[in-house]
Amino acid sequence: MSLHTLTAHEAGELLAKKEVSSVELTQAVLTRIDQVEPQVNAFITRMNAGALAQAEAVDAKRARGEVLSPLAGIPMVLKDNFCTKGTKTTCGSKMLENFVPPYDGTVVKKLLDNDSVFIAKANMDEFAMGSSTENSAFGPSKNPWDLGVVPGGSSGGSAVAVAADECMYSLGSDTGGSIRQPAAFCGIVGLKPTYGYVSRFGLVAFASSLDQIGPFTKDVQDCALVMNTIAGHDPLDSTSATVDVPDFTQYLTGDIKGLRIGIPKEYFVEGIDPGVRAVIDKAIAQLEELGAICEECSLPHTKYALPAYYIIAPAEASSNLARYDGVRYGYRAQAEDLLSMYRKTRSEGFGAEVKRRIMIGTYGLSSGYYDAYYLKALKVRTLIKQDFDRAFEKFDVLLSPTSPTVAFKFGEKADDPMSMYLSDVFTISINLAGIPAISIPAGFSANLPVGLQLMGKAFSEGTLFKVAHAFEQANDYHKAKPSL
Amino acid sequence: MPLQDYEIVMGLEVHVELKTNSKIFCGCTTEFGGDQNTHVCPICLGLPGVLPVVNKKVIEYAVKAGLAINGNIANFSKFDRKNYFYPDLPKNFQTSQYDLPIVAGGYIDVEDEGTVKRIGITRIHMEEDAGKLVHQGETISTSDYSNVDYNRTGVPLLEIVSEPDFRNANEVKEYLEKLKAILQYLDVSDCKMEEGSLRCDVNISLRPWGQEQFGTRTELKNMNSFRAVVKAIEYEAERQAQLLDEGDKIIQETRTWDENRGVTLSMRSKEEAHDYRYFPEPDLVPMVIDAAWIQAIRETLPELPDAKRTRYIEVLGLPAYDANVLTLSKAMAEFFDETVKLYANPKAAANWIMVELARLLNASGLEISECKLQPDNLAKMLRLMDEGTINSKIAKVVFEEMFNTGEDPEQIVKEKGLVQISDSGALEEIVVKIIAANPQSVEDYKAGKKQAIGFLVGQIMKETKGKANPGLVNTMLTEKLDS
Repeated sequence: MSLHTLTAHEAGELLAKKEVSSVELTQAVLTRIDQVEPQVNAFITRMNAGALAQAEAVDAKRARGEVLSPLAGIPMVLKDNFCTKGTKTTCGSKMLENFVPPYDGTVVKKLLDNDSVFIAKANMDEFAMGSSTENSAFGPSKNPWDLGVVPGGSSGGSAVAVAADECMYSLGSDTGGSIRQPAAFCGIVGLKPTYGYVSRFGLVAFASSLDQIGPFTKDVQDCALVMNTIAGHDPLDSTSATVDVPDFTQYLTGDIKGLRIGIPKEYFVEGIDPGVRAVIDKAIAQLEELGAICEECSLPHTKYALPAYYIIAPAEASSNLARYDGVRYGYRAQAEDLLSMYRKTRSEGFGAEVKRRIMIGTYGLSSGYYDAYYLKALKVRTLIKQDFDRAFEKFDVLLSPTSPTVAFKFGEKADDPMSMYLSDVFTISINLAGIPAISIPAGFSANLPVGLQLMGKAFSEGTLFKVAHAFEQANDYHKAKPSL
Repeated sequence: MPLQDYEIVMGLEVHVELKTNSKIFCGCTTEFGGDQNTHVCPICLGLPGVLPVVNKKVIEYAVKAGLAINGNIANFSKFDRKNYFYPDLPKNFQTSQYDLPIVAGGYIDVEDEGTVKRIGITRIHMEEDAGKLVHQGETISTSDYSNVDYNRTGVPLLEIVSEPDFRNANEVKEYLEKLKAILQYLDVSDCKMEEGSLRCDVNISLRPWGQEQFGTRTELKNMNSFRAVVKAIEYEAERQAQLLDEGDKIIQETRTWDENRGVTLSMRSKEEAHDYRYFPEPDLVPMVIDAAWIQAIRETLPELPDAKRTRYIEVLGLPAYDANVLTLSKAMAEFFDETVKLYANPKAAANWIMVELARLLNASGLEISECKLQPDNLAKMLRLMDEGTINSKIAKVVFEEMFNTGEDPEQIVKEKGLVQISDSGALEEIVVKIIAANPQSVEDYKAGKKQAIGFLVGQIMKETKGKANPGLVNTMLTEKLDS
């Protein structure tokens, strides 16, 4: 059997029954990587030796009869903005090309405590800024469904790795759609949890009030399993919520009768690819057949979300990225005085999109503009959140396409930042409101995957999993594999 | 116009380092010193991916300070980012407070030449300290490179901003001493300027008497002692007066105090208005400080310098001067309080502490907390004096011995055989002998110079190595000479 095609829960069962070892699983995955990685370029740093050592250690524990976590011994991949002690963490940037963190982030630690096997650090848009992984300083990753189209971004590499069966699951980060959009483009499951559900300690910050870590998986059950492990309060993260983490797998009942699904009309406007629209309409019909009640609703301030995001996120980013100045770590340009050193280092170390956003952010915070831009955007953000609060009084989940199009060609939007930003139009409000959303495979258009997005109110991931799982099990989209 | 034709107007920005065990946003120690870059961690170094967590003690200390200066504690407060680039600032922003500081308003009363003046306090806020630049050369401009020591980054600071209420250097000095005393009493800071745990910037401007509008101010930095603050103010006031006399404008700028040359020097060639692009710190949640917490903190406030001073004067009957000296330092006041618990004459205790103890501490360079002499022993010694076991001259000897060894005074008196001779029988022979040996003094006395007896007393004290009871000696001499 092709071990690399297994889901995490399938692999877990085999491991528990001792029908397969973690080393075997890991080796299968490494072989697969050798096969396909030259084509897809999902990774920045390989961790082969460490992975096998971890796998061996887990197998030994299992042999001793220790009770292990459901994720134990299962090969996975981390986006390269997760600080991993002793392993390069580049954030897809020349600025941190050789940066080796002296510490593990909290989620990384949790996975280690659960005996995970780390295969690689995944490629990404530089500092998580982008929607196609074309902004990586180390070359783009390719969509396994069609090597001529983007995998999405910024967590492109993490999505590719799962879609190409280079690992059983991966983690990415989502600030404006950076998990959900690549999940949709690559035909896999991607979840952005409620803001504060998963610790950000160790995640290199892009926009502090928007960033969240989340899983990429081959099916919804895996997503629930991963959330069980990574969610929970962290005393090292002041924005981490003090809520209990349920066993999310209990929500996978398959029963969504009577569940109320809202279809926000502002998300179904012109600009959606007809093929994508058709897939989503079919999905809505199917959900109704499964017993859900689908009805139109309104999120009136939707059109302000993109502008508000592109003021708030760059503002926070301009401050979060100020530390990259060549003084303590990372890239340093040679120069004669301090100011020149700062300027050259940051001019040479950062790519174009990062510089663009730092400038936008600095402008929006500057004296004379703060009130008109940043402060105003924060107020708009409150209105957007209130739209969702009102909608969730009536509905259990909301539904939309994850992206207005399928994966676009390389270079198609790279020279037009505005067009690139628009590809986030359905995902971005969710980050502003801090609520959770999941993208699941819903079909194909022009032979490329189409993602369906479900949004829930804060800490309602269980409900999202319930609906997503029911839809998934009524279809086979999650079983489709690209022909690499 | 010479300087006295101008009114000096000043406001102070004082930064104090809080003596919490750990830094404001991480668990590193706040201890002063230490090898470079050893009191650091990923968080205070601002490495990629780290997040701050507020040290609750810092908030508690800030509230304490706010209550002690009669300020209003904010029920809702937050941190903000102050963005600027400098190598001693790891994140290239300082997490500080902008528009919702933890304390607003307040005052400190200072005494200037007998009158009490109320200095208004605008605000107190919390922020993190930056690191230290260690220049390869003498100064930053004569160095090829500088190293950065980040031990100090993240040490919690309180910034205390005063209203522009100061009108002379003495008021400033009084304020600094009072503020230092208050913060030491609260045990929230050591306030040692020489260690940098108290830093003072002075904003100073001049205006012609009677003018309401403030003149252009300069900001003075880099004064390392209260004395330096005074000298810097005096220099700068004179400098500004001269410029104004010549019809020149004062440039609004930051000036550094050069201790060696005794002058202020411009730090910037042109004044750059810094746009710090303040915005609320998104990695920290706002703070709610409710009335219950504030009350709980209020109940932990010790007796503060002014209250103690008033009690010393009104309840213990000490003169104002004594009260001032004793309350200047927390340690001295506590020593006095402990002594007075065990001994009923506050004035006597005060004298010994203010004079003898202070003298010996000064000479030895010790802090009160370090000296071996304890309040209970001082109390014992004072009782021995009251009982007549030792006289004041012998007491000085005993006191010094106690200071050096920490021994019990009764023990010392016993070992050294210092018991006062109060037996006239024992003294008879010596008195007679001294009278016989000093005929001139006897004559002077009999001629009406009553003070001449003093010399004879002195001689007898000398002969008895100070142990004779001077009162008794005086009586015996007077008897014999008058007869």
